[in-house]
Amino acid sequence: MEMQAQKQNASPAEGASPTRSCACYRPNVDILENAQGLTVYADMPGVRPENIDINYENGALTIHGRAELRQRQGTSYLLREYGVGDYHRSFRVGEQIDPANIKADYQDGTLKLFLPKGERAKPKKISVQPH
Amino acid sequence: MFARDFSPIDAFRREVDALFQDTAGAWPFAEISVAGRNYPALNAWEDNDNLFLEAEVPGTKSEDLEIQVLGNEVSIKGRINGAEQNGGSVHRRERLSGSFSRTMVLPVEVDQSKVTAALKDGVLTVTLPKAESARPRKIAINNNN
Repeated sequence: MEMQAQKQNASPAEGASPTRSCACYRPNVDILENAQGLTVYADMPGVRPENIDINYENGALTIHGRAELRQRQGTSYLLREYGVGDYHRSFRVGEQIDPANIKADYQDGTLKLFLPKGERAKPKKISVQPH
Repeated sequence: MFARDFSPIDAFRREVDALFQDTAGAWPFAEISVAGRNYPALNAWEDNDNLFLEAEVPGTKSEDLEIQVLGNEVSIKGRINGAEQNGGSVHRRERLSGSFSRTMVLPVEVDQSKVTAALKDGVLTVTLPKAESARPRKIAINNNN
């Protein structure tokens, strides 16, 4: 997969009202999985931790980050290579997750989410009894 | 304020990037290698006294960033530490990791001893005070009445 350095526009959120105008960006993510759970890293620079909403419902994980303007409106830019706006992205999570124990941490512009696997999704070691 | 005899935007485009000069003119952002020439993306603006550069550098800590001003060139170097993978599998890997470096030619002279930088929530802001000679000067008109 080619890496994307440019901010990507988010596709409109599923079920979102079409009247809601959202100049949203799609955060780049890393998603790793091990026996304990899934770890999601999402790049959302310029968002304050209190302005991040994380929602997990019926196997769908939605991340929304509200970005505040950092320059006053009407600033004339000498160089403008990126825009500033909210971040939005949704995922369907195939694994059984224990939603009560999802952990979130935001540092240096990156959101880190840990979604622990529910009991049913944890790998079980089945030993074969020797005769 | 007097009109300047340069176009600031054109001056900014004269980027210095010796390593990747042969790819000049290629679509700049679609793909990037880790040492890619256009990371981080930059916004720049000015007021009467300062030039401001801003970059989004998620995943980079201040101790992994180095900003240098030499004459009218500013360079931003740094490292993004990738997500550590302790066993298991990778479903997506879209974030960049590795080191980056970008050098820009500034459109005006700056006072390099007074340059400051701040990093907050993954956003780097560099404030470059303009040299005295680059600041607009208001000329008073004498009323000899």
